[in-house]
Amino acid sequence: MPTADDVKARIEATIPGATADVESPDNVHFNARVVADAFAGMSRIEQHRLVYSAFEGELGGEIHALQLKTEIP
Amino acid sequence: MTEQSNPIRDAIAQAIGENPVILFMKGTPEQPMCGFSARTVAALQSLGAPFAAVDILPDPRIRQELSALSQWPTIPQLFVNGELFGGCDIVTEMYESGELAQTLGVEPSAPEPVEQPAVGARPMGIENRLS
Repeated sequence: MPTADDVKARIEATIPGATADVESPDNVHFNARVVADAFAGMSRIEQHRLVYSAFEGELGGEIHALQLKTEIP
Repeated sequence: MTEQSNPIRDAIAQAIGENPVILFMKGTPEQPMCGFSARTVAALQSLGAPFAAVDILPDPRIRQELSALSQWPTIPQLFVNGELFGGCDIVTEMYESGELAQTLGVEPSAPEPVEQPAVGARPMGIENRLS
């Protein structure tokens, strides 16, 4: 099962320059706040899709839920 | 990509096309089966915005085809005027900022959160449209 640190590392590896704060009470539900310059000019949908792209096929499976807030620094 | 007929995906696309505001969720507005779906329903209902709702739980293929169509992995998914508006996080964020009300063309300073389903909320069954 992925830990909050795993999820953080995956997000930051997928989005260069991103900073992710990730919490998880159970390693199944995650709460992430992601700050990245890369989000500039993107709609919220596109920002979330970019983060989700770090977890191809795992969202809804191993990662039951990823609550997400995206921000531009 | 093949052009094989895909009745579930066609029914989903048709439902999105026919309903200006449509929510794909776990359970129904009256009985949501997941906290994220419940929260999204609550935001829509507190704005008094009419919306159609589809329960994705009866058939796993609904979720599979929906996500393939929308390129969005999780449930719920709210579509406005044929476009994906967002999942629970975006709907909640936009609700709090007033952008959801603006998008739906309703008053942002809505009255107290309503207990009963919004007018026009009607569960739909994709699986029932396939017979």
